[in-house]
Amino acid sequence: MGSKIAELLNKTATKIILAIVLGFMAGALALAVAGYDPGTSYSMMFTSIFSSPQNMIQVLILTMPNILTGLSVAFAFKTGLFNIGGEGQYIVGAIAAVMVGGVFNLPPVINVIVIMLAAFLAAGLYGALAGFLKAKFGIHEVITTIMLNWIALYLNNYLISLPGIGVKNTEYSFAIKQNAWTNVLNGWKTSPQGQAYLAAHPALSPILLGTDINYGIIIAIVVAVAVSFLLYRTTFGYQVRAVGLNKDAAEAAGIRVKKSIVMTMFIAGGLAGLAGALQMTGTLPHALVTLASQPGYGFNGITVALMANSSPIGCIFTALLLSALQFGGSTIQMNLGAPSEVVNIMIGVIVFFVAVASMFTMISERIKRRRVKIAD
Amino acid sequence: MLISILLAVSITLMYAAPLMFAGLGGVISENAGVVNIGIEGMMTIGAFCGAAVGYFSGNPWWGFAAGGLSGGLLALVHAVASISFRADQTISGVAINFIGPGLALFLSRKLFAGSAMTKPVEHPIPTIFGSYAAKSSNLLIKAANIEMTVPIVFICALVLWFVLYKTSWGLRIRSVGENPAAADTLGINVYKIKYVAVFVSGVLSGFGGATMTLAVMNYFTQSTISGQGFIALAAVIFGKWKPHGTMAACLLFGFAQALVVLLGGSNSKIQIPSSLLSMLPYVLTLVSLVLFVRHSTAPKADGIPYVKGH
Repeated sequence: MGSKIAELLNKTATKIILAIVLGFMAGALALAVAGYDPGTSYSMMFTSIFSSPQNMIQVLILTMPNILTGLSVAFAFKTGLFNIGGEGQYIVGAIAAVMVGGVFNLPPVINVIVIMLAAFLAAGLYGALAGFLKAKFGIHEVITTIMLNWIALYLNNYLISLPGIGVKNTEYSFAIKQNAWTNVLNGWKTSPQGQAYLAAHPALSPILLGTDINYGIIIAIVVAVAVSFLLYRTTFGYQVRAVGLNKDAAEAAGIRVKKSIVMTMFIAGGLAGLAGALQMTGTLPHALVTLASQPGYGFNGITVALMANSSPIGCIFTALLLSALQFGGSTIQMNLGAPSEVVNIMIGVIVFFVAVASMFTMISERIKRRRVKIAD
Repeated sequence: MLISILLAVSITLMYAAPLMFAGLGGVISENAGVVNIGIEGMMTIGAFCGAAVGYFSGNPWWGFAAGGLSGGLLALVHAVASISFRADQTISGVAINFIGPGLALFLSRKLFAGSAMTKPVEHPIPTIFGSYAAKSSNLLIKAANIEMTVPIVFICALVLWFVLYKTSWGLRIRSVGENPAAADTLGINVYKIKYVAVFVSGVLSGFGGATMTLAVMNYFTQSTISGQGFIALAAVIFGKWKPHGTMAACLLFGFAQALVVLLGGSNSKIQIPSSLLSMLPYVLTLVSLVLFVRHSTAPKADGIPYVKGH
């Protein structure tokens, strides 16, 4: 019995599940101390998601950027880099998407592809800059990417303040042209036939008209599969992982470590940039908005990647979990007045226990040792 | 002319003080071999507790002390992870950066009727000339009337420098950061030294946060701490992990923030868009790292968990 527990505790999946459980317990404690019933709060978070199809769709809409920023962090982790720059790369991706999608008139589908490529390239270069500073000057990527996050935020605000880009007397830039929106049944739902159909089918109209339902999450899942393929089925992916496992051995085996660092950050940046682009094409106002604080998706990506143990496919599910938590957190604030920031505390505690996963190994070893002693 | 220079200096000092506290926190933690990415989160909780306690007690010094204590307590969480459980110090620091702001906003909503912003503190940290400056007609005194937190941070820097380089305690701290195994064989309690260093690092970061809410602004909001913790960390690298170097780097970054205020004024001669100005401290931090970081090396065992007997 004891040895089984010890073995189980040593598995990565067990450690992560324990971290999540402990996160929920910490959240419950915070709620209880603040005078809210944790049971009621948690069940409300859960039931509110399934209370209406719109809410479920809202969670999926939130999940899309979190999958992509999660992939961004996970990819960088594989080569031993910590990409905290998802926020800035997301913003740069959004800027590129709006600049391309709001200016050029391209045929449908092609326009979305061009927007995504532009965002990937722009945000990729932004990420690669941090990679270059790491490879060339040895400056820790955590500090450079944080600085780049704030620079991107103010760049976004600066662009909106320009007369050719910002819409006068608003907080918005010009929008992406409607034929490049990735919303489900985009043109049809506002056309006369569509409106007539929706009037006859009242169950559909809150979903199609009341939410920003879009194809983004499907693209994000496809990208997750592609990233998984790139990491585990290609030479480049092998090199990335080799650098992550042992830099010196990789160097000795002829892998150009510095080039690999820059390339990895390019792809990581590009992935976060895609999140920004698809958010622009998929959700209102389809334009840049003046930012007072970081959008938050880049930091979400850290939690997503850590909970997934940097598995690209795992990121899909952990992003869904995180998005459900964040959506649920906003409903307890609305309905119970309980601070939604309890979710941030939970996330922090989960990340903390993922960081101290070695604690579970230590406990596991202690159980084993005690068994050996008893056997003696 | 003299007066405008003096004014620029005092605004620089005002913005540099929070960075200096946090930077000194980074110096002590990293000299003991623990990377502290969580400074940002410790500053945030310190900023909130400073404002909240300052508001409820009516005494800024209680707020200041509470800010330091809260930062120290949060730092202990990081210490447990990175010292006792040999966690990845960067990830643990990131966790602190989630928990600090999360806790601060959670408490703010609880204590200030659902608001993510505290009420303004009635009595902020006093200035060095206090009410004398208000009565005085001397413009020089008015311009040089800096907050008490500025001399305090310089005293802290002096004390830290003295402790690190002139006492046996400092020698122990530095040896733990350079070669913990050797320190251990000499009978130094490596874990204890690291714990104390990380705790003090948190207290200093908390002081930095409280300086933001009690001397620079007079309330706490979500964006009060927006990257200062990381700018302070950059200053540590820039300052070659030494207290005096870090202080100088913080002054430079504080000057960048002062420029945002000085050049952003409506009556200033050069009109620069405010978003570009706000970018300046971050750009300057990046550029200075690129230019100077090559000459900077971290303590040898910085960021590496110490396992006794390995």
